[in-house]
Amino acid sequence: MSLLLPGHRLELGPDAPLRLDCGVELAPLTIAYQTYGRLNSDKSNAILICHALTGDQYVAETHPVTGKPGWWEELVGPGRILDTDRYFLICANVLGGCMGTTGPASVNPATGRPWCQAFPVITIGDMVRAQLRLLDYLEIDQLFCVIGGSMGGMQALEWAARHPQRVFAAIPIATAARHSAQNIAFAEVGRQAIMADPDWCGGDYPAHGRKPQRGLAVARMAAHITYLSEAALHRKFGRNLQGRELSWGFNADFQVESYLRHQGSTFVERFDANSYLYITRAMDYFDLAADHGGILANAFRGTKVRFCVISFTSDWLFPTAESRAIVHALNAVAANVSFVEVESDKGHDAFLLDEPEFHATLSGFLDGAAEHRGLPRGAPP
Amino acid sequence: MTVPARRGGNSGSAIRVDLQMVADMVEPGSRVLDIGCGEGVLLDYLNSFKQVDGRGMELSMAGVRAAVAHGLSVIQGDADIDLKDYPSGAFDYVILSQTLQATRNPRDVLEQMLRIGRRAIVSFPNFGHWQVRLSLFWHGRMPMTETLTYDWYDTPNIHLCTIRDFTDLCAGLGIAVERAISLNSRGRARYDAGGRLANWLGEQAVFLLRRE
Repeated sequence: MSLLLPGHRLELGPDAPLRLDCGVELAPLTIAYQTYGRLNSDKSNAILICHALTGDQYVAETHPVTGKPGWWEELVGPGRILDTDRYFLICANVLGGCMGTTGPASVNPATGRPWCQAFPVITIGDMVRAQLRLLDYLEIDQLFCVIGGSMGGMQALEWAARHPQRVFAAIPIATAARHSAQNIAFAEVGRQAIMADPDWCGGDYPAHGRKPQRGLAVARMAAHITYLSEAALHRKFGRNLQGRELSWGFNADFQVESYLRHQGSTFVERFDANSYLYITRAMDYFDLAADHGGILANAFRGTKVRFCVISFTSDWLFPTAESRAIVHALNAVAANVSFVEVESDKGHDAFLLDEPEFHATLSGFLDGAAEHRGLPRGAPP
Repeated sequence: MTVPARRGGNSGSAIRVDLQMVADMVEPGSRVLDIGCGEGVLLDYLNSFKQVDGRGMELSMAGVRAAVAHGLSVIQGDADIDLKDYPSGAFDYVILSQTLQATRNPRDVLEQMLRIGRRAIVSFPNFGHWQVRLSLFWHGRMPMTETLTYDWYDTPNIHLCTIRDFTDLCAGLGIAVERAISLNSRGRARYDAGGRLANWLGEQAVFLLRRE
C-alpha cells in the first residue's frame, strides 16, 4: 500500500544507518513527508509539524486512504495561522509509522519479508533523529519552529532539549515530558487488546494473510475515550439510543457505542497493528528528565529556544499539571517561555479542533517569534 | 535601533502614570520579569521602547491569554508560589506593580524578587495617604479611595502597607532603596518617597531596590 501513497520520499541507504537508542543500526530507511509553502532563500522560515500517535504527514490535504480532510487543515493554509504564504511547513511520517516511513510493516532487507516483531523498539528520540536526517537533506540548519500536539509535543520537546541549536521556537501542545503511569496503563490496554486477537499471530500476521482488526479496533475504542472528556461525550451522545428501544442484548443500543465501534472499524482500514504497538511503546519510554539525571530542568539548561506551552482544561490524558511541570523546568533555567491553559471541554482532542482561544495563542506566539527571528510578513522573496 | 511593529497591547500609546514611573527606571536592553503583568501593557511598552528581553507572570488565565496572543512571553503563575523556580540573578529587573499588597507573603516575595533580579521595582498604594487616614478617622470604616476601590469583604488587597512600613521592611531585610517616588492623587506631582511628607501626600509609591 505504502508505495501507492502520494508525497515525497527520502531514501537513506545502507551507508548511512540510523543509530537507534536500543543500539541497533537501522538501514535502509525511508522517510515519507509532505511540505506546504515555499522555503525562503536563507532557509529560515521552516516549521516542522510533528504528528501524534495515529496522525500522519497529510496535515492539510485530503487523506489518500480515508478521503477525509487533513488533520490540521484548519491551521495550515494561505493566510491561516500556519501560513503557507509565509512559512515552509514540513511533516514527516514518524519512524515506526505505517504511511510510508520505515516501520514494522516495511520489508526487512535481511529476510525480504515485513519486519513485524523483528523491528527494533524505537523511541521518541529515534523519531526525532530520523527527522534530523530529513532536515540535513533539505539543508535546513535551523527550524523556525517545531510544533506538535500529544506525541507530536513530545517530539517538539525532544527537539528543543536534544538539538537546541536546530530550533528557534518550540510549541509543545497537550503533552508531557514523560508518559505517566496512567498513560502507560492506557497504552498497555491497547496493546493487550491487539495481542489478544488470534489474528495477531505473534505479530507475524502478514505471513498468515491475516490482520488483528478486532484487537486494533478495541485498542482504538479505548484510546478514543481518553481523547475526549465526560462533558464532550455527554453533550454529543448523552444516553441517546441508536434505535427506538433497548434490544435487551448486546447490540450497540446506545449511540456512544455505535460511535466507538465506527471509530474502531474505520481506524483499522488505515493503521497497522504492529505500528500501534511500537509507537505506543516509544511514548511509554519517553522520559526527558530521566535522560538528564532525573532533573527536567537539566534537559533545557542554557537553552535559547523560545517556548510556548499549551494545555487544555479538560484534557485528562495529558493534564495541565504535566505542562506546568515543563514550565517550571523552563523557568528554572530562565528560558523564554509562554504558557497558556486553554479553557475547553473537548478533552485531549481539543488541539485538533476549532478552539478560537488556542488559535489566538498560536497566532500571537508565532507572530512574536517571527518578529524576533526577523521573518518578514507576507510571502518569502 | 528600531521600534518593532505594533502588536496590540499598548504599544505607542500612553500608559498609566505609575507604569510610566516604573518603565523610566528600567535600563534599555535589560532582562525584565514583570510579576502580575496582567495583559502585558507594561511589558509591551518595555519591549517597544526599551528593547528589553521581557517575561511576564500573571495569576489570571484571561490576562495570560491576552498577553500571549499579543506575542509576549507570559506564563500563568503565582508570585507566592512560583518565584522559587527561577535561578538567582536571572534578570536585571524584577517588577511588581500594584501587586505586593495582594500577595500572601509580601516579605518572601520581596526577598525572592531580589534573589532572582539584580534590582527590583515595586509599586503599591500607600495606606498612609491623608485621604485614607481621614476616611478611617471620620467614617470609622475601611477606607475606599480612587486607588483602593474594593469593599473590605471582597478586596484582593490583603497586605496593605504605608510607605513607612515598606521602607522599614526593606531596611530590616537589608534591601537598599536606590530611588523612591510617590505620586499624589492626580498622579502628577512627585515627591521623594523617602521624605517625611511622602507618607501623607503620596497616594502611590514606586521603589527601585537592590540588595545591600
